[in-house]
Amino acid sequence: MERSEAELIAAVLKGDSASFEPLVAKYSPRVFATARRYARRESEIEDIVQEVWLKAFDKLGSFRGEAPFEHWLMRMTVRTCYDFLRGHQRNRESSFSEISEPEEDWLDRFVSDPGTAVEDAEAAKTLINRVLERLSPEARLVIQLLEIEDKSVKEIADLTGWSVPLVKVRAFRARGEMRKILARMAKDKYL
Amino acid sequence: MNIADLQQQLIAVARKQDPDERVPYAFEKRIMALIAERKAVAGRILWARGLWRAAVTCVALAVVCGAVSFFTPSAADNSNDLSQDLENTLLASVDQPDTTP
Repeated sequence: MERSEAELIAAVLKGDSASFEPLVAKYSPRVFATARRYARRESEIEDIVQEVWLKAFDKLGSFRGEAPFEHWLMRMTVRTCYDFLRGHQRNRESSFSEISEPEEDWLDRFVSDPGTAVEDAEAAKTLINRVLERLSPEARLVIQLLEIEDKSVKEIADLTGWSVPLVKVRAFRARGEMRKILARMAKDKYL
Repeated sequence: MNIADLQQQLIAVARKQDPDERVPYAFEKRIMALIAERKAVAGRILWARGLWRAAVTCVALAVVCGAVSFFTPSAADNSNDLSQDLENTLLASVDQPDTTP
């Protein structure tokens, strides 16, 4: 008979570590999907997910069961990803002169006819990832959660541990930072 | 180039990206092995810490005992009195002074 999440967690807390495995198997896809939004290399992604699970095991005692386990775990995942971004800030120094030909084509098409440019999604994906990588950790996290994943300010505050006003301020700054990067990219290419 | 439009277009593209939920083969086994390994190491560390504490306590106790025996003035020849007392006690019943007339 399959045990419920609460039973598994209670068993782990009583010292039965093996009961943790079904939780890892169940939620790893979600944790991997989140980690892949912030890291590119597969080895880095695996490191992040591994860290999330080890933290989850160590801090399982602090899970009070008031909210679903998944929410608690995702909070931990987002915070670990943020720590990862802060630890890898030097990677932001890449130059826009490295833009590939398809990305340049996409930009050219966007300039000539903004409506049709979206069709070549692959080039745009690479381009947006390049832009996101140049953002500061705070800005990247906010843009990812607020603009791309469409989460509310309150949800972001809950996930990150920041206050609601701080999320709003960081969102405002993040949009500005992103516009600045895009403007610089446009300047590099067209001026 | 309209930067705000470009920003919106790129964000729209990013929204359309499906989350990649692939998990490496037997990843959960790897996590469980790491947890088991950490538990074993933690147990060894706990033992080592306990033994070190016990050793320090033993050394401290030995030093205190040494100091006490060193600084306490020795009661000279107490051993004789003690043996004498013991002998007196043991032979008390035999050594009763003869009170019969």
